[in-house]
Amino acid sequence: MTVSQADFAGALLDATHPPPQGLRDGQGRPTGRRFDVYRNNVAVSLTEALLIGFPVTTRLLGEANMRGLAGIFLRRCPPSSPLMMFYGDGFPAFLGEMEQLSHLGYLPDVARLELAIRRAYHAADAAPIDPAALAPAAPAALLEARMRFAPAMRLVRSAWPIFDIWRFNMEPDAPKPRAIAQDVLVTRPEFDPAPAPLPSGGADWIAALQAGATIAEALETTRSAAPGFDPTETLTLLIRGGAITALT
Amino acid sequence: MNHATTPEAALPKAAGVGYKPQHYAQIISDSGTVRWLEIHAENYMGDGGRPIAQLRHLSERFAISVHGIGLSIGGEGPLDQDHLARLKHLLDWLQPASFSEHLAWSTHGAQFLNDLLPLPYTNATLTRVADHIDQLQDTLSRQMLLENPSIYLAFAESTWSEPDFLREIARRTGCGLLLDVNNVFVSATNLGFSPTGYIDAFPLEAVGEIHLGGHDEQTDDHGAPLLIDNHGREVADPVWALLDDTLSRTGPLPILIEWDNDVPEWPLLEAEAARATAALAACRERTAA
Repeated sequence: MTVSQADFAGALLDATHPPPQGLRDGQGRPTGRRFDVYRNNVAVSLTEALLIGFPVTTRLLGEANMRGLAGIFLRRCPPSSPLMMFYGDGFPAFLGEMEQLSHLGYLPDVARLELAIRRAYHAADAAPIDPAALAPAAPAALLEARMRFAPAMRLVRSAWPIFDIWRFNMEPDAPKPRAIAQDVLVTRPEFDPAPAPLPSGGADWIAALQAGATIAEALETTRSAAPGFDPTETLTLLIRGGAITALT
Repeated sequence: MNHATTPEAALPKAAGVGYKPQHYAQIISDSGTVRWLEIHAENYMGDGGRPIAQLRHLSERFAISVHGIGLSIGGEGPLDQDHLARLKHLLDWLQPASFSEHLAWSTHGAQFLNDLLPLPYTNATLTRVADHIDQLQDTLSRQMLLENPSIYLAFAESTWSEPDFLREIARRTGCGLLLDVNNVFVSATNLGFSPTGYIDAFPLEAVGEIHLGGHDEQTDDHGAPLLIDNHGREVADPVWALLDDTLSRTGPLPILIEWDNDVPEWPLLEAEAARATAALAACRERTAA
């Protein structure tokens, strides 16, 4: 009696599925709960990976609820690669589909921010430009330039106060979240990702620059939706985060 | 193909520990008797950032062993070429003293199951595992060590004992073996065979590294002991005794302490390494006597 890995894997992820025939204990008897050791290893290790990867989401849900949701998610979306540091790409969308969580509208975006922070942590290193290159010695020439960004930089846009919520759950004495929409810029000055809320229009401007627009073109695009947008604050965040790697 | 590693690149016949980032500062300032470090390959397959920077720094001071947990050498399907390429990239820049993987599978189709799953020991699985190791050693241009698993159940279809299976794989592929003494004790208890009998039958001449780790004790449906290899506590006393027994036959070898869950403060992990160092010293004294 042979046991295929398809049978084994199927029974691992589905506890209602009996263990495959052809497995034995040391006395030649059926395996019984011995098979559950493997089931447990799989479920617990994947659940732990999600709890570690989404600490704020876990705090918002409560650990018991998070474990329950992780148990559903890991069966629906087991990892597709052995790089557990990236497991959970589909978790924010999964949270958004759960009807019982619809009263926590911000939750998927908070989970997206946590994914962005995790991706930033493992992104390739890149040397930032000397901020002097951005000094307005020749503003006209600067306006025609394009920016390249560090691989660690991420934008997370939201209609919810996701930065305030993130900080309130990560930092002692952080202020209570305000009822505002927040776009968040994630940079990695050295090794620790640093999320920061962007002013209105900031995410549009960075997104246009990411798409290859010149600084002037990106300003024009941004100001069509956010008239009077001043890039100074956004630029300061980018420089402080070491996110600009070249002007071309 | 001959994949002999140069002697100066080999792991020291001393104690090492599984590296945990929370111990970084203490390891750099005073590593005690710990002479080498083992990392899980998959944790260092990101593109950059702190994990890679720390590993570069550690590799300037310590011999490094890269221990893969995701290649699924015992899988029915082909080796994951993307994963193999990532592994090759890591080994190429790091040039570690050793690379090891498991006699187990963890990937099925597109799913990675994040556990070291067992396989039956038959002529067919032997050929498959040996083919995967040939492919791996050719791609990496180095010899690998293959580790014996901890197991909780047996396959009715198996026709080989585990030591004989491993001996034949080592003979066919030229790979070395990583003997996890805790795994021997766990599997022996779980399946009711003698751990010393297993060591007697094991191809000890192929062993390039020893692993030790803690296990948890449960019981099965019939009330029989069921040990769980959880790497979550100190190495059990009977496992230390089995280590002494093994070293008396092999002579000194690189010995690793694995502690992956409920990771302790550095002094406790270092104390386990010091115990392994003492076991090696006792082994050397016996040999000299």
